[in-house]
Amino acid sequence: MFASILDGIFNGLSIGSILLLAALGLAIVFGLMGVINMAHGELMMLGAYTTVVVQNAFKGIGGPLFELYIFFALIAAFLVAALVGLALERGVIRYLYGRPLETLLATWGVSLILQQFVRSVSWVMVFGLILFSLLFFGGQWLLKRRADFESVQKWIVAALLPLSIGISLAASTFLGQTYKLAVTKPWFGAQNQDVTAPSWLRGGIPIGNFQLPSTRLFIMILTIGCVVGVYWFLNCTKWGLRIRAVTQNRNMSACLGIPTRKVDAITFAIGSGLAGVAGCGLSLLGSVGPNTGQNYIVNTFMVVVVGGVGKLIGTVVGAMAIGIADYVIGTGILGNLTNNPALKEVFAFFATTSMAKVMVFALIILFLQFRPAGLFPQKGRTVDA
Amino acid sequence: MTRLFGRRKFMVYGSAALGASMLLKACASPSAPTDPAASPAEGSPAASPAASGDTIKVGILHSLSGTMAISEKSVVDSTQLAIDEINTAGGIMGKQIQAIVEDGASDWPTFAEKAKKLIEQDEVVVVFGCWTSASRKAVLPVFEEKNHMLYYPVQYEGQECSKNIFYTGAAPNQQIEPSVDWLLENKGKDFFLVGSDYVFPRTANTIIKAQLAAKGGKTLGEDYLPLGNTEVAPIIAKIKAALPNGGVIYNTLNGDSNVAFFKQMQGAGLTAEKYPTMSVSVAEEEVQAIGKEYLLKQYAAWNYFMTVETPENKKFVDAFKAKFGESRVTNDPMEAGYISVNIWKQAVEKAGGAGTPTDLEKVREAAYGQEFAAPEGPVKMLPNHHISKTVRIGEVRDDGLFEIVYSTPAPVDPIPWNQYVTETKGFSCDWTKTGVDNPGKFKT
Repeated sequence: MFASILDGIFNGLSIGSILLLAALGLAIVFGLMGVINMAHGELMMLGAYTTVVVQNAFKGIGGPLFELYIFFALIAAFLVAALVGLALERGVIRYLYGRPLETLLATWGVSLILQQFVRSVSWVMVFGLILFSLLFFGGQWLLKRRADFESVQKWIVAALLPLSIGISLAASTFLGQTYKLAVTKPWFGAQNQDVTAPSWLRGGIPIGNFQLPSTRLFIMILTIGCVVGVYWFLNCTKWGLRIRAVTQNRNMSACLGIPTRKVDAITFAIGSGLAGVAGCGLSLLGSVGPNTGQNYIVNTFMVVVVGGVGKLIGTVVGAMAIGIADYVIGTGILGNLTNNPALKEVFAFFATTSMAKVMVFALIILFLQFRPAGLFPQKGRTVDA
Repeated sequence: MTRLFGRRKFMVYGSAALGASMLLKACASPSAPTDPAASPAEGSPAASPAASGDTIKVGILHSLSGTMAISEKSVVDSTQLAIDEINTAGGIMGKQIQAIVEDGASDWPTFAEKAKKLIEQDEVVVVFGCWTSASRKAVLPVFEEKNHMLYYPVQYEGQECSKNIFYTGAAPNQQIEPSVDWLLENKGKDFFLVGSDYVFPRTANTIIKAQLAAKGGKTLGEDYLPLGNTEVAPIIAKIKAALPNGGVIYNTLNGDSNVAFFKQMQGAGLTAEKYPTMSVSVAEEEVQAIGKEYLLKQYAAWNYFMTVETPENKKFVDAFKAKFGESRVTNDPMEAGYISVNIWKQAVEKAGGAGTPTDLEKVREAAYGQEFAAPEGPVKMLPNHHISKTVRIGEVRDDGLFEIVYSTPAPVDPIPWNQYVTETKGFSCDWTKTGVDNPGKFKT
């Protein structure tokens, strides 16, 4: 009896911590900045793919170091996702602040691009992209020295774009035909990738006749670490203070000399980096493929909305509540608590994984009817809203 | 001000990119198959333009993007391998096969739309494609309306027998039923059924439950995960509760959920010795993706494994690796895709042509009885549009391939209408049969 209760608590908390880890980055990007980032899942996917690359690199080295690859993968995943997030903010999102609908569509487009990118990325493609950027952006940079750059910029772009596309396409086609499979073979392809946890993370810790899975323990610890880290960053550092200031009142912060653009970029990069960490952690439990991100995106938004936009504590409590509800309903434990046969039947009906999801969604909708702003609504004047 | 500038700049970039890409596309493929400028001169669709030249056009319709791209991309590869082999050997009756690949994008209405496009616009003479039963059911009305032909390469739940589809994957009696028999004999009588929440696993589990009831096994629980769901903790808890002392898990999960299921099974202490798991959607490619460490000693039921020892298979595997890379593996649906093209080729040769609508009917009839020495062993197309296949059970070994632990002594004939399920008991399918209302489903 004791073991099964422990099992239930552990499983509920563990599902919750997975949700929380996935949603933490979004809590910053969506919660603090108000950006509806549909590409959040794809940033997680990039983190997971980084894990694959790091793992394969360590496999090459071999030996006892391989057992520790996951820590290096976590750091690498954070950096890769943060850099991609930074590029995303600089290239797309900063033009769309304050326009949620456009942001939603644009980031959704980015998510599709990223998915197809990991499916088809090959040496030829990377070569072509680099050549294109060199020609296009390099050309613009060179021509910027002209005195009348502003007036002819449109024409320069119109001429440079087809030229650089043409040259890089021709060059990569030529490369592809010369070296064939060696360069045209996709790095990853459409197939799922294999991430194998180091041996100390496989299996579990037996307690009585039941076993605590060590990957789930690891993810719980990782989640706690991330939450504490984010809390510390937001509340105890200079940049954290600035982020909070910009969140509360952008115009006032700008007046007081806070570089809001820089703050935006840093906030988004950190949120994206956390998505990368989540992708790395979750690759131990789930699949790593082009669609990995899509599997989590709905859940992450759900957590942030339930928790209340803009509050870290809300995200934590929301994730745990949803996780525990999911487990309790899905396994039909509730049915054992009642003696009413009709009620028992109802609980049994919802005690399948699919139906439990339906029930959880219904409960969330019901909850939002009474608390539209979530568990911990932000009080006082809010920005941009 | 700055924002307006950004938007204008964006428009300049965008239109320039669009213009450039259109220009490049026009330059790159002057003789593109769908070039609208070339086709009006050839007249109405009835006038057999498809095979009038030196080529025969065929369609390949699979998901190259979206959830199912993971599995379907490799079937496209093997289908193209078969077409290339035929072309290098001189084509069909001197004509080269030209494949037009369309992306169904893991979206069922898109499948129907693309099927229509292949038939009407590209005027292909046959289509090879589809993976999920949902996509097949979506294109079925299109093929029946046009009285066209689809070769479907994946094991499926049966309960279907269309005049316009040839099924080259396994029917349930060629995969699920023999594997359940084998489990009952060798592994135990207590079963837990796990599946993804869509038509194939639900139908498959109905069949398994009926079969277990008939043969003295026990179904102690079943649960379904929505497609793509990777949270399997509740299911594992239920398995432990239903089978505290071990038992057989029958797994019809598809896609990403499989990865999560096997990774977390090991963490929760469900070992292969205590909980032997039989999967019907885990093949060589999936083993690579899940990680062989998680799958060691688990079982899978298929008609073909990469480790089948036939000279044809050696040739197939070598040719595939030479074309697509040494690290690639072959699996059952890929092999079925390869069979499809070859059986169709033989049927065309027997019918003596593949261009006109009347040829279509002739090719269909010529397909009945076609035999082919496939990598899995000899197969034969029967008048019920399914092929006879050898059934095998494999156990995952150290190198991520399957050790074949059981195979039927001879190819098993397909039974599309399931005999364990009461609604279809006694029905059969034979498209050469005359004198019945519906040769696709009649009472014998």
